[in-house]
Amino acid sequence: MSTASSMDSGESISALRTIARGIELSPELKDGFAGTMAFAVVSTLGRIVVPVAVQQTLDRGVGAGGGPDLAFTGVVAALAAVAVLLTALASYQMTYRLFRSAERGLATLRIKAFRHVHDLPLLTQDTERRGALVSRVTSDVDQVSQFLIFGGIISIVSVGQILIATVLMAVYSWQLTIVVWVCFLPLFASLRFFQQRLSAAYGVVRQQVGVMLSKVSEPVVGAATVRSYAIERRTQDRIDEAIDRYQQASTKAQGLTAFSFSLGGVSAGLANAGVLVIGVLLGVHASSGTMTLGKVLAFAFLVTLFVGPVQVGTQVLTDAQNAIAGWRRVIGILDTPADVVDPGEDGVPLPAGPVAIEFAGVGFAYPGGTPVLHDVDLHVAPDTRLAVVGETGSGKTTLAKLLTRLMDPTSGTVRLDGVDLRRVPFASLRERVVLVPQEGFLFDATLRANARYGRLEAEDADIWRAAEELGLSDWLESLPRGLDTRVGQRGESLSAGERQLVALLRAHLADPDLLVLDEATSAVDPALEMRIGRALERLTKGRTSVTIAHRMSTAEQADEVVVVDRGRVVQRGPHAALVAEGGVYGRLHASWVAQQASLP
Amino acid sequence: MSAARPTQPAHAGTLRDGFRVLGVAIRREPGIFTLSTLGSVLFGALTVADASVLGWSTDHVVQPAFRDGDVRAGGLLTIVALFVAVALLRAVGIVARRLGAGVMQYRMQAHYRRAVTRQYLRLPVSWHQQHPTGQLLSNANSDVEAAWAPIAPLPMAVGTVAMMVIAVSQMLLTDVVLAVVGLLVFPLVIVTNVVYQRLQSPLMTRAQALRAELSEVAHESFDGAMVVKSLGREGEETERFAEKAHRLRDVDVRAGRVRAAFDPVLEALPNLGVLAVLLVGVLRVDHGSTDAGNVVTVAYLLTIVSFPIRSLGWLVGEFPRSVVGFERVQSVLDATGEMTYGERVLSRSSSGARLDVRGVGYSYVGGPPLLRELTFTVAPGRTVAVVGPTASGKSTLTSLLVRLVDPVDGQVLLDGADLRELAAGALADHVALVPQQAFLFDDTVRGNVTLGEDVPDERVWEALRQAQADGFVAALPAGLDSRLGERGTTLSGGQRQRLSLARALVRRPRLLVMDDATSAVDPEVEARILAALRGDGRDDATVLVVAYRKATIALADEVVHLRDGRVVDQGPHAELLERSPGYAELVNAYEHEADDPGDPGDPGDPGGPEAQVRVR
Repeated sequence: MSTASSMDSGESISALRTIARGIELSPELKDGFAGTMAFAVVSTLGRIVVPVAVQQTLDRGVGAGGGPDLAFTGVVAALAAVAVLLTALASYQMTYRLFRSAERGLATLRIKAFRHVHDLPLLTQDTERRGALVSRVTSDVDQVSQFLIFGGIISIVSVGQILIATVLMAVYSWQLTIVVWVCFLPLFASLRFFQQRLSAAYGVVRQQVGVMLSKVSEPVVGAATVRSYAIERRTQDRIDEAIDRYQQASTKAQGLTAFSFSLGGVSAGLANAGVLVIGVLLGVHASSGTMTLGKVLAFAFLVTLFVGPVQVGTQVLTDAQNAIAGWRRVIGILDTPADVVDPGEDGVPLPAGPVAIEFAGVGFAYPGGTPVLHDVDLHVAPDTRLAVVGETGSGKTTLAKLLTRLMDPTSGTVRLDGVDLRRVPFASLRERVVLVPQEGFLFDATLRANARYGRLEAEDADIWRAAEELGLSDWLESLPRGLDTRVGQRGESLSAGERQLVALLRAHLADPDLLVLDEATSAVDPALEMRIGRALERLTKGRTSVTIAHRMSTAEQADEVVVVDRGRVVQRGPHAALVAEGGVYGRLHASWVAQQASLP
Repeated sequence: MSAARPTQPAHAGTLRDGFRVLGVAIRREPGIFTLSTLGSVLFGALTVADASVLGWSTDHVVQPAFRDGDVRAGGLLTIVALFVAVALLRAVGIVARRLGAGVMQYRMQAHYRRAVTRQYLRLPVSWHQQHPTGQLLSNANSDVEAAWAPIAPLPMAVGTVAMMVIAVSQMLLTDVVLAVVGLLVFPLVIVTNVVYQRLQSPLMTRAQALRAELSEVAHESFDGAMVVKSLGREGEETERFAEKAHRLRDVDVRAGRVRAAFDPVLEALPNLGVLAVLLVGVLRVDHGSTDAGNVVTVAYLLTIVSFPIRSLGWLVGEFPRSVVGFERVQSVLDATGEMTYGERVLSRSSSGARLDVRGVGYSYVGGPPLLRELTFTVAPGRTVAVVGPTASGKSTLTSLLVRLVDPVDGQVLLDGADLRELAAGALADHVALVPQQAFLFDDTVRGNVTLGEDVPDERVWEALRQAQADGFVAALPAGLDSRLGERGTTLSGGQRQRLSLARALVRRPRLLVMDDATSAVDPEVEARILAALRGDGRDDATVLVVAYRKATIALADEVVHLRDGRVVDQGPHAELLERSPGYAELVNAYEHEADDPGDPGDPGDPGGPEAQVRVR
């Protein structure tokens, strides 16, 4: 078994591999890259050419030895203006193209990740982590996009400027170029060190944000509990502590950022001093002609062209840490293997008609957990109405999940109509086998849209017919807006019982040959309760049905009952026979009878 | 997810309000603000000084050295010292500016988060009921963050203004004509910025709204994963998500196009300005109206100041969000109406408390009455079941008994004392509520049971045993020290309810109020819990339990039958069955679900109840 129930955080992937994998997942990022680079080169050159032109004009035009040179100034200024405009055009093209390919690529990544999340067992097993999954397809991707565009622009241009400035400097004096690089080497060498520290510091910040948000939510979400136990003081102390910790972590990270950012300036100061000092020494001591005053001053100017992009570039590296972490998290999702794999075209579709079920030596354990089911052998004839009964934690819900292939067994085989479930294509499986989960989840749309979720092509007439068949048409008619009723978020505008009704209507429209029902447990109005019971009865007619029963009355009405105890099937037969047999079922039944009898 | 709120373009009102909000922060943290601003000014001044150092070095050391062909070590050392000193001071400026801005921002966030959560703890539950949970959470989080976001660029902006004033006056002093030519860049930069904001802000608003919609689709789709999966609708869900993702992409690309067009313009304008200064400058030098040095100085000052103008744009750009966030936070801080308390303290006896409900009526502000003239008494040590159809007022009644809300009419008395006369916190020593939806704190099992009180572990285990929670707690990896909540162990609905019950029992309350508190527990387990509650015998607490199941009703000495917010009848179950036809109908309907447990223990239990208490 894979361990896909834990989400791959991707922490182990290196930055370069993350980027490589990211590009592989979003091929649009490569689209037109050569063109974008060409524009980037023009735009970078422009950023060097313009200041150089300005410098030349000042030196030779305005301040020329024999008075200002009007013609020269005019020509250079005109050329420089053209260069400025060309640079602007190239920058526009570069930025726009980067935006376009990054947004396209990331939309693809988002959609791929979203699709893959639906294949992760985590989604159905660990409801509390859903929020984290949502942020992977939303804010994490946004973070990457910001970085790809602005980080992309700035790092391309900065690296280009650094290279060009280095070449220009080398043209003037290779010795002074070495001096400049030597002054910056400690900065470049310390980058890695600072990146690691920064990454760790921001990791702590993110963690503390989570803690703080959870503590801050306590007096809101738990208002009644906090108030009724009079623990305001303690709650406030816990919140204050979390706020303090977050503040400390943020301040520490900010301090580190500020310090690392200030290093570039120190290097620049050293480089300026170094150029002047070494320049003077070269001029005075080396053979004449190596170094002139003009060369030294021109070089001092070139150093400023070198320093600017270094400062900006190191800043980008800091942001990159966050963005790459986000990218890693999204890739982590996509690289988490799905537990349950669709055989697709190679599979064997299920034949039509009520389904026969077979469990052969089925066992199941959650990754790293103790076995939940052991050696389950079970045959169910087509068109049987089966109830599964057992205490909490006996494994009956697991049985339902294996039957609908929300998970695969750890050992043994589940077969429908003799076909191993793992070989049934999802298209066929989801059409023939439908699970009605415990709480009827509805989407924030109309009742019609929710019913049609069972069969997308269903017309209103089909929905009304289905309602008729389940005995729900008078209920549907009683709703003022009928099929147009908005059900609200998670269906919360309807009562729990009404949500159940919609779920049953949806299942009926889907018209499966095997219906797996996880009985609802929430208390509903008695009148609705009876209606649900009647609808269920009609819904299960003419199909094989397996109900995870939480009520003894459901078991009584089933054709057959299977009793699960501590992960094993311990009893099987019709209700009456099992009562006579005693055992676990006898005990469950007796406890129920006792409860009934305790009332007159 | 907080819905996208409209970010209106920065008009004069927002600008004024934005500065007003900043004023609040500056008054609150004047020291650190001054420090970071000084840092920023230092940085700006030293940026200008860098050029002077170069000039001085050239004039006094480099030029003479080349001229004389000789160099003095002292001169070279001075150059190094000057450059390094300027660089170090500038580094100090950067650290002071950035760290100062950060510290100021985090401090303001912390002040306001503390203040807001204190309000949440002070304001009555009735106030909480009138405000959606999501809104209150975003008031404490994203609104506080938005309110103080402009602090980050603030020192830089102040420093920029200082630098601009210095540079512009220097330019004017150097050569008025050249300065005016150069300063023409400023209005152009400002106009470009304004046009940019106009074009960009509707796109940003749209993108923000689409981001919220995208997130909603993802939330909903993942929430309904069981339905999606079991009906094989992953493809349709992906299409639904893809549609939003593509619309967001298109808006983002359009916004990107605007940005791609304006950024180069904003970068080009100062360069063109410098070229204009050069052209005019060379003419003026030719004319003899100025000298080359002045042209150089004005051109240089212009390059220094024209880029940081944009930092003012960053500051003003944060204003709309900041003002909205601040106002939302302020409305929480301005809310009034906390509960008032008396002085009385009840004596702590070991026996059950006496409960009197006298003529109690309750309604939400402006809503229809939920409870009307409710009167009944529970004698010490008795157990009463409250029975009634949905929306008959049962949960409202329980919240009155623990004084989450006060009745509109009538009074609730404990041992003869009106709850409103009791001192703050005094009621909790005697009464415990176990709500329908258990709320667990981000804490250990022990912390969740004791809630910080000093209770020996044996008593914690005893309470867990009574609540039938000892079994699963013992099986947790760290027992009582296991962490629960978002980053901890996931518990099922039934397990949460049992912990919540243990939390009440460990306090040995004299009145225990249970609001359908065992709905997600197996019937067998529930029977054991009820037996444990009843068979305690040592000090019989008074118990009031909202009951849905016959087994729960069976536990009670008496039943209070509610309908439409009124007591229909009160008496032993058998008597009510006989004399009250409505009651018989109700209870017999329940019989169908008399064995109506959750399936809480299964590790795969889908959708355990949210950790949310709804008092309403």
